[in-house]
Amino acid sequence: MNTLSETIETGPDANLIVPQENEGAFREQQFEDTVGDVTHPNPRISCREVDVYYDHGAVHAIKNVTLDIGTGEVLAMIGPSGCGKSTILRCLNRMNDSIDGCQVSGSIRLDELDIYDKNLDVVLLRAQIGMVFQKPNPFPKSIYDNVAYGPKIHGLAKDKTDLDEIVQTSLERAALWEEVKDRLGQPGTGLSGGQQQRLCIARAIAVSPEVILMDEPCSALDPIATAKVEELIDELRQQYTIAIVTHSMQQAARVSQRTAYFHLGHLVEVNTTDKVFTNPQHHLTEAYITGRFG
Amino acid sequence: MTSPANSTVDIVRAGLPKRYARERRFRLMGMLAIGLGLVFVAILFLDIFSKGYTAFQQTYVRIQVHYDGSVIDPAGTENPDTLAFADYMALLKQSLREVFPEVTDRRAKRDLYQLVSPGAGQVLRDRVLANPEIVGTTEEVWVLANDDIDMLVKGHIDRDLPESNRRLDDRSLAWFDRLVDQDAIEKRFNITFFSSGDSRQPEQAGIAGALMGSFYTLLLTLLFSFPLAVGSAIFLEEFAPKNKWTDLIEININNLAAVPSIIFGLLGLAVFINFFGVPRSTPLVGALVLTLMTLPTIIIASRSALKSVPPSIREAAMGIGASPLQTQFHHVLPLAMPGMLTGTIIGMAQALGETAPLLMIGMIAFIVDVPQGFTDPATVLPVQIFLWADSPERAFVERTSAAIMVLLAFLITMNLTAVLLRKRFERRW
Repeated sequence: MNTLSETIETGPDANLIVPQENEGAFREQQFEDTVGDVTHPNPRISCREVDVYYDHGAVHAIKNVTLDIGTGEVLAMIGPSGCGKSTILRCLNRMNDSIDGCQVSGSIRLDELDIYDKNLDVVLLRAQIGMVFQKPNPFPKSIYDNVAYGPKIHGLAKDKTDLDEIVQTSLERAALWEEVKDRLGQPGTGLSGGQQQRLCIARAIAVSPEVILMDEPCSALDPIATAKVEELIDELRQQYTIAIVTHSMQQAARVSQRTAYFHLGHLVEVNTTDKVFTNPQHHLTEAYITGRFG
Repeated sequence: MTSPANSTVDIVRAGLPKRYARERRFRLMGMLAIGLGLVFVAILFLDIFSKGYTAFQQTYVRIQVHYDGSVIDPAGTENPDTLAFADYMALLKQSLREVFPEVTDRRAKRDLYQLVSPGAGQVLRDRVLANPEIVGTTEEVWVLANDDIDMLVKGHIDRDLPESNRRLDDRSLAWFDRLVDQDAIEKRFNITFFSSGDSRQPEQAGIAGALMGSFYTLLLTLLFSFPLAVGSAIFLEEFAPKNKWTDLIEININNLAAVPSIIFGLLGLAVFINFFGVPRSTPLVGALVLTLMTLPTIIIASRSALKSVPPSIREAAMGIGASPLQTQFHHVLPLAMPGMLTGTIIGMAQALGETAPLLMIGMIAFIVDVPQGFTDPATVLPVQIFLWADSPERAFVERTSAAIMVLLAFLITMNLTAVLLRKRFERRW
């Protein structure tokens, strides 16, 4: 029986593959190239040779990552804690700007737009790339105002009727409308955890972004709420490009078309989800998905 | 038989009484400390109240006054200026002489006139100005009694003392008793205390001037300090880069909060009055100095209120494309507002009770007129208390306590408002 404690105890074993004396050299060799196909025939976001440093260069969090996120696909990013999957996700809409001492090099493009262009307007970028966070974080306002806030500040609605319509469509797409249509005036923080997370998704899609980034959107939810959100992600794929960071491999298997496996800041393997989970190419990926460490 | 599990239970059980005893001692000490604090507060309140409540009543003397036309308006012009500057005290003196016809020598007459307040003539003047028709008629008027009479009525002058040690001599006491026999002495609610400014005569002294001074000063202080402090807090906390310079600024803000307030007074004197030429003794300059003093308090409170707003709210707003300023004003500020308001009210309460820096900028001046604006000479409640506490007349003792009561009432009102405001904001968000 593979209990939790055993997994933890056996965890370090996986690192024993690397002899301690010349760890550095081995690592370079191990991570030399990403296994699998990093490109996509119809990319929406493309990262090329991206490096991310924290603490003014003291910590090298992302090492030479090249990756495409295709139009209309769900890309899952998996990997053990601290592997940099959240970091790369937050680079995509420049949420790392607010972290003191964070430096990004390489190029990240949204279609033809260079995301790290000095002249780029971050506000504009974030209207195109929405984000859903790990913990549901609705504004302490009414359900209606939560969804209406984005369209309001960007001036997307012509009048009140227009705004009402946006709110309704967004809530419908987030599969929340039926549950909240009679209490739109009540505070969003009064909803259950799963409802709050769907409210956050509704809030993100109310701005009609092209890409939605999800940072472990279900880690604070119970299984039923998780199932609902996953179902929703699958439906949203019709209209949006989605990158999702997750700790749950089952979730990655269920919702994504392609999966990227990160390890210690390296992008180890990218392949179609089926392939990653049934026939991983890299021994680290294999070790991770079979539960030898993580 | 003793299994290892049992022995653990035994050891724990043996130690339990000691642990519980320690807990009981701690609770007892806590209750003692709070009890002691409450006792001292109760003593303070009792003392102030017992000394001050009499100030809300004032002794009046009933006098039959004949509005003698030859004294008020000898030329018969009915000119308002003539009426306003006529010698109404002479009318009162005349009436007093009529009540006590046996008093004839100069010194005795002077003592007799001191049964009523030197400012008692004002009542007559007000009546004549309101209705000049009454000149030439006679009517009964209640006028302010002198403070010594007032003290006698309130029991603060002991008749059993030897005459030489008493504020009122035997003759004056006899006059007083005759007035009492005629039902011509009465205690009434002390309107003067709430409607007039300071005076050298205790019976004419009121806190209206100090109250208005405090009101204008605090209003300006709030207007100056709140936006400035909240703005600085937001900038420092959310926008400014974290480097050596901002560290230095933070240390200095914390230092400023601990600088003795009299230093701020000196600074105000040197900078605002001497350099910028702001008129001295005015609510304006007082507010500027108090702003300097309360800024650090509000900034520190506001910054910690901002810090306590969960970062997830900022991320949510930024993630949806709100600009940094929109994030602050739409989401962070409303959540931080209750904390900021608490800090502001604490700062304002401090400012309301502040005396030392205001002494430096001339707000200790003796000001009789109630200030009408931000640039009129004024004093404030705590300074008024200081001035009265310094005055030798017995009647100022009760007025000092009464002024303290008013100040405390204001402080309590302010703090209550703060709590209510915070409650309202918290419910909305």
